[in-house]
Amino acid sequence: MTTKLFGEPVRRREDARLIIGKGRYLDDIGHNALAAAFVRSPHAHARITAIDTDGALDVEGLVAIYTYEDLHGPMAEPLPVLIPHPQLHHPRTGYPLANGIVNHVGEPIVMVVATDRYIAEDAAERILVSYEELPVVVGVDAAREAANWVHEDVPTNVAAHHHQETGDVEAALAGSTRTMSFTQYIERSACTPMEGKGVHARWDADDSSLRVYTSTQASTSVRAAIAAKLELSLDKVEVIAPDVGGGFGVKIVHPWPEELLIPLAAIALGAEVKWTEDRREHFISSAHERQQRQEITVGYDDDGRISALDVHIWHDNGAYTPYGIIVPIVTATQLVGPYVIPTYRVRVESVYTNTVIVTPYRGAGRPQGCYAMERTMDRIADELDLDRAVVRERNLIQADQFPYDHHLTFQDGRPVIYDSGDYVGLMDKLKVLVGWPEASRLRDEAAARGKLLGVGMAMYVEGTGPGPYEGGHVQVLGSGKVLVSTGLTSQGQGHETAFAQIVASELGVPIEDIEVTTGDTRRFGYAVGTFASRAAVMSGNAIALAARGVKEKALRIAADVLEVDPGDLEIDEGLVQVKGTPGASIPLRTVAVLSNPLRYAFDEAAKQATQFAGPADDSKPPVAVGDAPGLEHVDYYSPIRSTFASGAHAAIVEIDPATWEIEIVKYAVVHDCGNVVNPMIVEGQVHGGVAQGVGGALYERMAYDSDGQLQNASFMDFLMPYASEIPDVVIDHQETPSPLNPLGIKGAGEAGVIPGTAAIASAIEDAVGRRISSMPISPTELYDLMRNDDSELTAAHARRSGTGAMA
Amino acid sequence: MKPAPFRYADPGTLDEVLTVLSSEGEGAKVLAGGQSLLPLLSMRLAAPATLVDINRVPGLDTVEATGDGVTVGALVRHNALLHDDAAARVQPLLARATANVAHPAIRNRGTTVGSIAHADPSGEMTSVLALTDGSVTVATPSGVETIGWRDLFVGPLETSIHGPAVVTSAYFPALPARSGTAFAEAARRKGDYAVCGGGVVVTLDADGRVAAVRAAYISVGLTPEVHDLTDAVVGQPADSADWAAAGELARTLVDPDTDLHASADYRRLLVGVLTERTLAEAAAEALGGMA
Repeated sequence: MTTKLFGEPVRRREDARLIIGKGRYLDDIGHNALAAAFVRSPHAHARITAIDTDGALDVEGLVAIYTYEDLHGPMAEPLPVLIPHPQLHHPRTGYPLANGIVNHVGEPIVMVVATDRYIAEDAAERILVSYEELPVVVGVDAAREAANWVHEDVPTNVAAHHHQETGDVEAALAGSTRTMSFTQYIERSACTPMEGKGVHARWDADDSSLRVYTSTQASTSVRAAIAAKLELSLDKVEVIAPDVGGGFGVKIVHPWPEELLIPLAAIALGAEVKWTEDRREHFISSAHERQQRQEITVGYDDDGRISALDVHIWHDNGAYTPYGIIVPIVTATQLVGPYVIPTYRVRVESVYTNTVIVTPYRGAGRPQGCYAMERTMDRIADELDLDRAVVRERNLIQADQFPYDHHLTFQDGRPVIYDSGDYVGLMDKLKVLVGWPEASRLRDEAAARGKLLGVGMAMYVEGTGPGPYEGGHVQVLGSGKVLVSTGLTSQGQGHETAFAQIVASELGVPIEDIEVTTGDTRRFGYAVGTFASRAAVMSGNAIALAARGVKEKALRIAADVLEVDPGDLEIDEGLVQVKGTPGASIPLRTVAVLSNPLRYAFDEAAKQATQFAGPADDSKPPVAVGDAPGLEHVDYYSPIRSTFASGAHAAIVEIDPATWEIEIVKYAVVHDCGNVVNPMIVEGQVHGGVAQGVGGALYERMAYDSDGQLQNASFMDFLMPYASEIPDVVIDHQETPSPLNPLGIKGAGEAGVIPGTAAIASAIEDAVGRRISSMPISPTELYDLMRNDDSELTAAHARRSGTGAMA
Repeated sequence: MKPAPFRYADPGTLDEVLTVLSSEGEGAKVLAGGQSLLPLLSMRLAAPATLVDINRVPGLDTVEATGDGVTVGALVRHNALLHDDAAARVQPLLARATANVAHPAIRNRGTTVGSIAHADPSGEMTSVLALTDGSVTVATPSGVETIGWRDLFVGPLETSIHGPAVVTSAYFPALPARSGTAFAEAARRKGDYAVCGGGVVVTLDADGRVAAVRAAYISVGLTPEVHDLTDAVVGQPADSADWAAAGELARTLVDPDTDLHASADYRRLLVGVLTERTLAEAAAEALGGMA
């Protein structure tokens, strides 16, 4: 049956449109709109002493200039702390335009509106801002030392102290057979979507209404923010996410200053105004992630079983905390991965630096947590001369331990209880897929070719699909068209396809008849957003429930017409039919017409429906109490807590011992996201995630100098890997359904990126026999490590040297 | 990321180009493929008053290969040179180096002569001009002049050409007899500017012994540099010469800088490794050519 599409590798319906340039991205909207450009801080920390706009005033085409002085009411207040937390004791946010102090290079100070972007930039260049420079804090260690302060009223630079523990870790460590302590670092990278941010706003003065297009992951919340900040009635603001060229987390943050300022200008000027972020702006004024210093102490026995884990993390949150402490909480709670950790304590100091803010980037704290846990496993294995896979296996949560309660509190405030999983199964599959038992032979073969070969692995568990809710609306039209909408947004994930597959399967209609709309507040007003690997879990289930509601109503109406019991009916290929009785049927589109007692015969569908319409019952109203006209249904899915996906990755690297160039020769992924809606889409998600994982491990970093200048704020110097740097990825699936939601699915969006840094660090360490404790790593850094007599040799290196097997 | 205002001229003849350049003065900049210039404009790192687009000028898009050498016109795209078999036969370094220039999309628009005139010390073609002892032809209102590479490159992104002038072609002398070449780069990503790279020419005597070794490096100095490594291996049989010694010598001759992507020491390491590897490859080619 062609309508039973759940689980099928249906080709993405949106791709043809997007690939041939028929997409409608933010910059495709409003060709005649006025354009905004920003004067942004060139200093990482400074007091603004004067803003002189005189030089810009005679630029032909200039329309308006805004500074903080032009902001009033709620707009003059600091931007919201989106997700407050009791442990975020010193939250700080910036202003839409800087109010006297700038805390990172790139912070917006002046908005210029002109007839086009060229002229706006000409004018912006002529605005002179005077500064008194202040001491700069760059990097997590400088913030920790607190010789200087980012915010003068936060004297330790500590924004939040996050702390969770499952028992007395000091006692547990004291009672452990063995302990070890180490410190490691992970660097900053960023989402860097192909399309940066962008906002277009149009004010209808006659209607007193505002329409805003924004390249966002959360249009409903942007709408609420605009209404609140600009003091508009919610019903007079509509926000639409058009086609969005990638998000990866940075576009879940809201409201960005520009999302408020562009509407403000549109209202003030009574004109369409647009701002399209350029690449440099994206690097210096959006968001980054990932820098942490991790101090780890682990207790374990002679078999490598962990008895206690004590982790102290210094997390760089950048200049402000608009998104609360979500990233450090995710690191803290997801760090434990697929393992039994009898006693666990985690403390995170989230510290301010004079750099771009840190908010979730695909993985959102999980890559760091995975790096901490998995590198701990590697060190235990090295210390005990055990196979790294064996140490992991001895610590895995077993299949009969689910649901497994870690006694931690997740980012959504709910307990970290793993709903289902088969981690032993993941490991078994991974060892086969990557050829783990062959590692020694592969190493020898590579050595014969003059190369150093290493293998590494890493496992993770990912909390996906956090609440509180998403909704879905499904409506069958008299034409047979099925309209589906959900409030969360799309940034290229294939929602048009995956959600249509769910509706096709639930409702029994051809996928060609289904149209999916996301992220448009005109169509659906309540939504949370697309992040945390939640779209399929949340909206997928909500849409399924909505489709089931439509089906129930359709069967009720059809049963009445066909004079049978609804339970005797089924829907297939858009036809409602009596099971086992060919010919006794009514098209679903006709049921849709019948569902509305007002039937002006505008079209053939209405005319056809009249033959089914029975005589009116004068004793009842045309629309029964509790019923509604139309064949549509809205439903919501609200989970009790997150569902936990899992996976295991392995990498094989080859290193040239003359140039220290690093090549990933094989990358294997075993992936479990429960029931799979579309395996082709899931594999695409994994591929993209692995690419970002490789980028984070070997290429990408934010190169801030000590003055807080980002030295690589372009794609020329920020080394996002090309396709040529990404290895072929071999994937094996495991499907452990979630018992928490009707479709049994778990999220897949972030999975691919999580273990990359850990697995690749492990592989490099295996290849060179020196401890890798700072990632990412480049050839020039590896060269420095190898020629430094003080760098730590692994125990495995000493053992191999002893037997002469080391190249 | 939008350029500052500029005037645009696209004259149809070389004389008109020179006329416009003369009248616009120092603020004028010649536009050929635009692969380096346009990003600089967009980032407002350069703001010429006038762009003089030479793409309509006839006769500048030819590659002429003779027994003496290869003349490459100012509008010849990297990709055309990469696939010019006649040019590759006369001077194999041309195709070997252009294969390392960025990515196909950039090679399709960028011009070889434009990249030489841009004088980027990390450019492949500047180093090949140097390694082959080449020159450029420059048209000025007072006539045509030829400038050898040593006089051309003054500093990073700086040549000795001033005033109203346009480079109309570059000339790469032919590979000498009993010679082989190789070109290699180490780049962070495929197609990136090299962290270090270079080409070599190994010339043998009639007995198959090393007679001359020249190497040119990119991304290790302020201007393209050519080093004579002959002393390290002179007279040694080409199939067993001590190329590592030549690499060692090369390491002592360069003085690279540290940047975001590589330390000076790492660049020096690469100079040694790439030299050793490319010399062995070039010597094998030279020997093969004599067989």
